[in-house]
Amino acid sequence: MSGAAAAGGPDPLAIDPGRVERILCRFLVEEMTKVGFDRAVVGLSGGVDSALAAWLSARALGPERVLAVRMPYRASDPRSLADADLVVAATGVAARTIDISPQIDSYFDQVPTDDRRRRGNKMARERMAVLYDLSLVEGALVVGTSNKTELLLGYGTVFGDMAHALNPLGDLYKTQLYQLARHAGLPEPILAKAPSADLWSGQSDEEDLGFTYAVADRLLYQLVDERRTHEECVDLGFPPELVALVRERVRRNQFKRRLPIIAKLSRRTIDRDFRYPRDWGR
Amino acid sequence: MTAGSLALTCLQTAPRLGDVGASAADLADAIAEARRAGADLVVTPELSCSGYFLRDLVPEVAVAEDGPELLGLARAAGDQWALVGAVVESPDHLFHNAAVLVGRGRARVVHRKVYLPTYGLFDERRYLAAGDRFEVVDLAGRDGETWRLGLCICEDLWHPSAPWLLSLQRMDLLVCPAASPGRGMEPGDGGLGSAASVQAMTRTYAELLTCFLVYCNRVGVEDGVSFWGGSRVLGPDGALLAGPLADDRGQLTAALERGHLRRARIAYPLLRDERPGVVRATLRRLRGGAGPPG
Repeated sequence: MSGAAAAGGPDPLAIDPGRVERILCRFLVEEMTKVGFDRAVVGLSGGVDSALAAWLSARALGPERVLAVRMPYRASDPRSLADADLVVAATGVAARTIDISPQIDSYFDQVPTDDRRRRGNKMARERMAVLYDLSLVEGALVVGTSNKTELLLGYGTVFGDMAHALNPLGDLYKTQLYQLARHAGLPEPILAKAPSADLWSGQSDEEDLGFTYAVADRLLYQLVDERRTHEECVDLGFPPELVALVRERVRRNQFKRRLPIIAKLSRRTIDRDFRYPRDWGR
Repeated sequence: MTAGSLALTCLQTAPRLGDVGASAADLADAIAEARRAGADLVVTPELSCSGYFLRDLVPEVAVAEDGPELLGLARAAGDQWALVGAVVESPDHLFHNAAVLVGRGRARVVHRKVYLPTYGLFDERRYLAAGDRFEVVDLAGRDGETWRLGLCICEDLWHPSAPWLLSLQRMDLLVCPAASPGRGMEPGDGGLGSAASVQAMTRTYAELLTCFLVYCNRVGVEDGVSFWGGSRVLGPDGALLAGPLADDRGQLTAALERGHLRRARIAYPLLRDERPGVVRATLRRLRGGAGPPG
């Protein structure tokens, strides 16, 4: 394994953060203004992804046009809220806090469960509903925070954190996202802590997934960007079980990366033979 | 012998996707302004009248060679010339990614893109018909001198036979209108991956074919894809005459001097020494054996 990571040559996951920042800021400005918006709403968890989404939105649109929303549940790690405050202070964006505990507890009073996944998904979807409601109040678009690693592995809640109007981070692997975050000068506690979806206290993404982002990103890069086969990845030094596991996750979660499929009946079906660009006439 | 120059303006624009009226109106203003500033020839990006990722919009944005949109641009060019990009519908309803020369009251398709990419993020062959030839076009400069233009639309430039065939027809200026999406964000002096390739290709072609070259790329964002700009003008020795522009809207001007072309072809008589007969004989042999199709 270490052989794959330590193979010679330049790091294929290295990015030029200045150039990436410039492209993403332009993306945010153009794709918002052409559909008639210039304001953003971002859910701020205290993690690096949403911190970077807020920072980019502030850089692109101006901090006065960005609303960061903290949506803690009573069992969320209190440090998350404190870290989110650091981001608000560092970026100068406006902030609101909406405690989602009442609606979550009310729902699970009716359908009690200890299933952490059900509870976590419900919270993610509740946060989405709050962001979309506030986006109407603000006349803003919801900016997404899903990165390429999560999207490929399907490590996100469909119609929860995966729902947004536009996503500046979805083509950056987690380790690339950290390069951009360091370039952005995000507060040190955010850069230093272990990645967590914070669906329950003490949750760790890497424990959940069973491998580290550093390894997953290198493997995904070979599979997806370099289009290498299972055998070629094994030859590079990745354990065969890991290659199989990651490939299967990417395959199994394809549905999360697509709009819901429509049963084809007519000669022209939306998204199949009816293929207009999103920026139609813009 | 060395008299004659061509005042070139290269417009780096951001068309509005699927809105020919608005895109052509923007172009008309910019072309008229460049003409007033003294341009003999104004070059614009690939599909500058319609935007690039059109998909099912192709038939909706298509214009006729003698239609009002292109004739409007011809009026904007007045007694000078402009090259614009449009989806042009043929009389038998084929849709081509075309370069159209407008000016002096006329519009004429001077190139239909031959190589329509379908790999990676590209999908052109699904929606567009391919051109079948590379031919130079004569352009009358303001001093009565003729300039021979060769057109390679974006992907055409990635096939070395295309500029080479134009060179055999005594091309003076290779014009490459492009809609090149930025991709590849690794650090390094070359910039974006696609930008590094274009830098290498344009320099190589200008120098080896001893011709002027203008690379006119677009900017803006369509469906999440950013176009990186980088428009530039090169001399027949491969040196930059103007640009490269960054990734904002902008324009370049350059005075192309015929004397520059003459000096380059004296120093490097590559065109004189070209031997198309060797290529012809090789192609003939390949056709008889296991050569490539087409």
